[in-house]
Amino acid sequence: MTVAVAEPSGSWGARRGLIVLAALGLVLAVALLAGARYGLLLAIGLGFGLVLEGLRFGFAGPWRAMILRRDPSGILAQLLAIAVVALVAFPLLSGASGEVVGAAAPIGWAMAGGAFVFGAAMQVVLGCGSGTLVNAGSGNPVSLLALPFFAIGSFLGAYGLIWWTDLGALPILTLTGTSGLAVTLVLLAAVAGLLLMLAAPGTRHVPRRLVIAALLLAALAIGNLVVAGQPWGVVYGLGLWGAKGAVALGADLSGSAFWAAPGNAGRLEASVLTDVTSLTNIGIITGAFLVACWRRGGLSQPLPKLPARAWAATIVAGLLLGYSARLAFGCNVGAFFSGISTGSLHGWVWFAMAFAGACVGVRLRPILGLEPRP
Amino acid sequence: MTRRFTASLAIAFLGLLILFDSATADLNPYKAPPLLALGSGAAASGGFCGAMPE
Repeated sequence: MTVAVAEPSGSWGARRGLIVLAALGLVLAVALLAGARYGLLLAIGLGFGLVLEGLRFGFAGPWRAMILRRDPSGILAQLLAIAVVALVAFPLLSGASGEVVGAAAPIGWAMAGGAFVFGAAMQVVLGCGSGTLVNAGSGNPVSLLALPFFAIGSFLGAYGLIWWTDLGALPILTLTGTSGLAVTLVLLAAVAGLLLMLAAPGTRHVPRRLVIAALLLAALAIGNLVVAGQPWGVVYGLGLWGAKGAVALGADLSGSAFWAAPGNAGRLEASVLTDVTSLTNIGIITGAFLVACWRRGGLSQPLPKLPARAWAATIVAGLLLGYSARLAFGCNVGAFFSGISTGSLHGWVWFAMAFAGACVGVRLRPILGLEPRP
Repeated sequence: MTRRFTASLAIAFLGLLILFDSATADLNPYKAPPLLALGSGAAASGGFCGAMPE
């Protein structure tokens, strides 16, 4: 028998006050110790975490909803956020050459295959790049276990990235300027139209909560672009954490064209508190944790009892998420969200291939013991 | 066991990462770049998942 004890509202208010103070204190500490830009990037990361967890905005879940129930509302919200970012990012990229760069990456065999594998793996653990961070921060044990393996996989994928891209890749193709923006918006509208056409009756609307979340995410992503000079990303930071762990264990990374490159070698020696994606990743996990602490009963949910094969599948899926995201030049954030919103055509290929992979992943999930079989 | 335990583990993981990192890498706020990249005149140089090694 469980006995629920109501907490006095006064102590709950004090607890929430402490949560706000903790968030402000973290940002201030990083700004003082590392520099104002880095404090601001942590604040943006916290914002991502607060919005994603607080308003329950995700990527893997809405794709699953479309595949299994033909409910497009979550994906429509994603497309709205991408369109809003594109409206600001395209002019910024055209006018501020060099200071601000897009998420441009080449389309290739490994890139397309990586996106397919990522789409499948993210449905197995029901957590994408940002989703794994958010879910880990709010205490989801599957994502918490997947996260370190995501980092290891990302490190390993980056280690051999050049070998994979040598299998065959096109030059980097981007949409730019007003015509590029127009094409991007038309393509987003076309995808939205297709989703609405395929939607089940009664699902052809986007809840207000998701519209607000999409607009807030777009504002934060634009902030990321203006402050960091690069779009929102997740996977690079996780790979950097994995690489730092490998170096600490005595690994020699001089044999990797990726990790031995001057920029990456420099970041390996520098603090994670000066790395853009590390800071936003730390912010996302912490932001989700703060939301879970803020909610009444947010952390009192019992942990699920899963079979051993589910935990083994989580480890493998975590490794695949990280490895494949490197080959695909990003995850749902770096490739899909930021790639499309800054004009990289690899973002569109990523979307198509990852969605195809997701169709496989939703069928693998019950087989692997992560949910009851239908 | 509840999510309180696993969420605390996630935060402990971050704490350990930063603690370990601060022991191996120095921070100097006086060498930090300008607050905003846009308008700074400096080329963007952060690590990103889409970027090839430079």
